[in-house]
Amino acid sequence: MAVLLQQELDKLKKKLLVLGAEVESRVKQSVQALLTGDIELATQVKKGDAQIDNIEIELEEDCLKILALHQPVAADLRFIVSVLKINNDLERVADLAVNIADRAIDLGNVARMKSPYDIATMAVLVENMLKMSLDSLVERDSALARKTIINDDAVDMMHKGNFTKVKAAIKNDLPALEGLIFYLSISRYLERMADLATNIAEDVVYQVDGEIIRHGGMQKC
Amino acid sequence: MTPIKINNPVIEVENLRFYYGEARALHGIDIAFPEKQVTALIGPSGCGKSTLLRCFNRMNDLIDSSRVEGRVLLNGENIYDKSTDIIELRRRVGMVFQKSNPFPKTVYENVVYGLRIAGENDKNFLDERVETSLKGAALWDEVKDRLQESALGMSGGQMQRLCIARAIAVNPKVILMDEPCSALDPKSTARVEELIGELCKDFTIIIVTHNMQQAARVSNNTAFLFEGDLIEYGLTKELFVKPHNKQTEDYITGRFG
Repeated sequence: MAVLLQQELDKLKKKLLVLGAEVESRVKQSVQALLTGDIELATQVKKGDAQIDNIEIELEEDCLKILALHQPVAADLRFIVSVLKINNDLERVADLAVNIADRAIDLGNVARMKSPYDIATMAVLVENMLKMSLDSLVERDSALARKTIINDDAVDMMHKGNFTKVKAAIKNDLPALEGLIFYLSISRYLERMADLATNIAEDVVYQVDGEIIRHGGMQKC
Repeated sequence: MTPIKINNPVIEVENLRFYYGEARALHGIDIAFPEKQVTALIGPSGCGKSTLLRCFNRMNDLIDSSRVEGRVLLNGENIYDKSTDIIELRRRVGMVFQKSNPFPKTVYENVVYGLRIAGENDKNFLDERVETSLKGAALWDEVKDRLQESALGMSGGQMQRLCIARAIAVNPKVILMDEPCSALDPKSTARVEELIGELCKDFTIIIVTHNMQQAARVSNNTAFLFEGDLIEYGLTKELFVKPHNKQTEDYITGRFG
């Protein structure tokens, strides 16, 4: 019984890591498409999303099957619950990568303009957070997961700053409004990705330490 | 782990050591059981959980060369005092065994057996007790028309519920259950588990089970024993989600040894 369950859990983990790696590469591709104006690459990211969706569905079904057949408890139960949630988060990250790819294509259709903020730097930060959260998942490293979460503040600050920059740019160059709104959306997508990386890291902490840290734990109300 | 709040412990065990001859089976157990709750004792075979259970109504007295040290308090009184009336103790601490053991008597006489031993012969009182006990054991509807038939003609699940009815007929404080469902099919098991949930409104229940899911389903608290030591004791809903001890974790996830 325990051996069978362990095999199932190992398979589940492998599949989740495949999904994580796929999503990570979609994010990189979407940002690259955006920075280089590579419409073909952006289209490829869009087309590939169905594959991610399929893996997400499969993973969820695997989790439900294990819950029903093995009734796992303790660390095994926490693992399955966190896989269910991380699975969801990764699929959302991939959706955001598609959104960035969409904006890359949109930007190709408006007069070419420079981003009013540094997309590359922000994207590197977000990609790093995603990588750290996935590494913490692989290594069951709750310390690394907690470090990931701290980085979210920097991304939030950046997004706030980007908002101000875009606003100023709109004031200076109203005809560029459409393109600037695309850039603002992109900043928002990246910021959301960092939030999802944070969620993943929080679920790793739950999985490993059994501690719920999101929202700063249970609050009085 | 949230410590179990025990305001009204029914049974308190203090530094309990139990010996089979020279071999020590329990190495100093301290544990208390809250009133009107279900507590499950789990652990691998030979860990001492059944031995511990049987210390609570001195069933172990029947084993030659066994010896007990330490105290077991039932409502504050040490049941190992010389003055303890063992018949009275076993009335207050009833027991249901792995294999149902109805007497070769009628259903009715099985239920009133303990009352008759206590000298009760008032027919109206006995009739009333039979009905309430069988209802309490969720058996009344099935057997009300065959109270005078032999109990040995019942199904396994019914016999086990009859034993529960017999245990509650004498209105005990505590009901000890030693693997009460291990010989039952899933349907009968479900009925007994449901019954446990009902019974704990009136009685304190301590159950030994090898079936981890059963412990998780029916109990408020769980104690994990290993090689004669109490390793972890806590709320069931916490112990099965986030055990504190590595040995507990290994055991409940089936990664033992």
